[in-house]
Amino acid sequence: MSHAAEDSHQDGPAVLAKVKPLAVLPRKPLVLNNRDFHWITEKICRIVEDPAPTWWWVCFVISVAIASFLGVGLLWLVSTGVGVWGLRTPEFWGWDIVNFVWWIGIGHAGTLISAVLCLLRQKWRTAINRASEAMTIFAVMCAGVFPLFHVGRVWLAWWLFPIPNSQGMWPNFRSPLEWDVFAVSTYFTVSVLFWYMGMVPDLGTLRDRAVKKWRKYFYGILAMGWRNSTRHWNNYEMAYLILAGLSTPLVLSVHTIVSFDFAASLIPGWHTTIFPPYFVAGAIFSGFGMVLTLVLPLRSMFKLHDLITQHHIDCMCKILLATGSMVGYAYAMEFFIAWYGGNIYEGFAFINRAFGQYAWAYWIMISCNVISPQFFWFRKVRENTALVFIIVLFVNCGMWFERFVIIVTSLANDFLPSSWGYFSPSIVDIFTFVGTMGFFSTLFLLFVRFLPMLPIGEIKHVTPQADPHFHPEEHDASPAVAAMAAKGGHS
Amino acid sequence: MSEEIFGIMAEYKNPHDIYEAAGKFRDAGYGCSKKWDTYTPFPVHGLEKQMGVGRSHVPWIVLLGGITGFTTGVLITWYMNGFDYPLVVGGKPYWSMIFPFPVMYECTILFSAFGAFFGQFLTNGLPRHHHAVFNSEQFERASDNAFFIVIEAAHPLYDEYKTRALLESTGAFNIHLVSK
Repeated sequence: MSHAAEDSHQDGPAVLAKVKPLAVLPRKPLVLNNRDFHWITEKICRIVEDPAPTWWWVCFVISVAIASFLGVGLLWLVSTGVGVWGLRTPEFWGWDIVNFVWWIGIGHAGTLISAVLCLLRQKWRTAINRASEAMTIFAVMCAGVFPLFHVGRVWLAWWLFPIPNSQGMWPNFRSPLEWDVFAVSTYFTVSVLFWYMGMVPDLGTLRDRAVKKWRKYFYGILAMGWRNSTRHWNNYEMAYLILAGLSTPLVLSVHTIVSFDFAASLIPGWHTTIFPPYFVAGAIFSGFGMVLTLVLPLRSMFKLHDLITQHHIDCMCKILLATGSMVGYAYAMEFFIAWYGGNIYEGFAFINRAFGQYAWAYWIMISCNVISPQFFWFRKVRENTALVFIIVLFVNCGMWFERFVIIVTSLANDFLPSSWGYFSPSIVDIFTFVGTMGFFSTLFLLFVRFLPMLPIGEIKHVTPQADPHFHPEEHDASPAVAAMAAKGGHS
Repeated sequence: MSEEIFGIMAEYKNPHDIYEAAGKFRDAGYGCSKKWDTYTPFPVHGLEKQMGVGRSHVPWIVLLGGITGFTTGVLITWYMNGFDYPLVVGGKPYWSMIFPFPVMYECTILFSAFGAFFGQFLTNGLPRHHHAVFNSEQFERASDNAFFIVIEAAHPLYDEYKTRALLESTGAFNIHLVSK
């Protein structure tokens, strides 16, 4: 490798001899300031072990208060009927389904980080995968609330599952909604298994450090007697890899099946083949938006700058840029096909989206989802944490509007002009949605407080000194590499 | 005090040393039994090969889970929509492999994941209430930054003096006996 590079110096332009580029570009360090194993353990465990900071309590109380909206909203719905949501002819899918798709989409980034990036050997995933997986699980819980209560008589929701009932009836497996039941419940279960299994060694670390008795029991039971044996790591890593391999087709199938809920219908604007890839790209886009929304404040609150580095933020911004552009491409392609397909109803649906009564929602969606991530082309923007945070808030907002545009505009102006309408949410709709955000934050704050927020073992594993072939002397001998590492290195 | 000895425990200072030492123990014939092990705070890649530990059996359990899941998917959709409660929808056949395929697909993944998750615990013999290695007061650092090796007294090559000498020659320190 180095020999080939020397040859090219002689053949190439004269400037190469002067600049002397490195034959092998050094990898950017994933843990800054050369932290040792013990520092990593201390840093992550102390988040759980130290008394809760004041801001945590403030956030927790506010979150619980907001989460109570969800309880009140659902109680109101159950005691009155689904009519308390703003659903009426012709729109029987309103905010509830918008919220369902939005939350489920957010969940996708967690699985993408833990599974797809694991298979692609993207080692930077280690710092953020635990928190993103937690985000996935809590987001799917919030998503599940909406279809569950939309069925009307929530106490009969178990009819969705293939469980024998007194009427001798079974679910209809021809319906994409039934596929959804299987996809979402499988997704939730597998995400929980993956999350928990990855956490077992770290729970062992917390158990070994525990001083208080309740902590010894709590983490002792959760750690299941894990003892860091190499024979165990061997099985563990195999199981982890397989779970990553299983989660990858799973995560792609979940949003594909969610998109079938729409694509398998005959409504203009829904009945399109582009939906599965378009929904998956959108899901990853919105999910990374949410990961950054959660990780950036935690990083500055807990001073995690050595573990969640600028390089991590950079990578996530680039994924946002890529998926945001894919989503933009999908919007353009939908329009093109609506025209090229020559179907007047389809054509109307799209013109109506952009210039009809919901044009305001459409252009919010375009500006948030297509225009705002384009700023990530510039390194200056990616390095400005405050700006990144503002842009990801726009992304979260834009992706909610995308689902709103798809669902509401298509239903509001369907085949019968006599039944056209304009959807407005009721107060219960708004309360329930805001309530899920409180519910989500409550769970996430509890997670940060009681479970290892960053994977301790995995982060140690990606440090250079974790390699059995690492020699400290050799590492120090290369000043170019060290200088590059110190600079944070831009490739 | 007639405490029974579980084995001898020693520490190495970094992944490199324990990696080299594990190879020396294997070469000395210790690979003949499973009664020895190394403990590291994170998976040290290649250490299991140095110890002579074979490939994990978890994939077989996953395969079993996957086959069970797919069969379950086929059977429930056939039984419910094709046999027990057949329903005419658009004059199409009551049951085929095509329309409920997403259900079979999800069941396959679900049961495979169960296979991986429970397979990992099964092959590792976990959950487990207690293990003798925890009797060492040093051992709690195994989940922080210490790299331990344990040769059990039940190992056929175990000999308190010879094993200790081998540990010393491979650069181990903090060599101590662990009671049962």
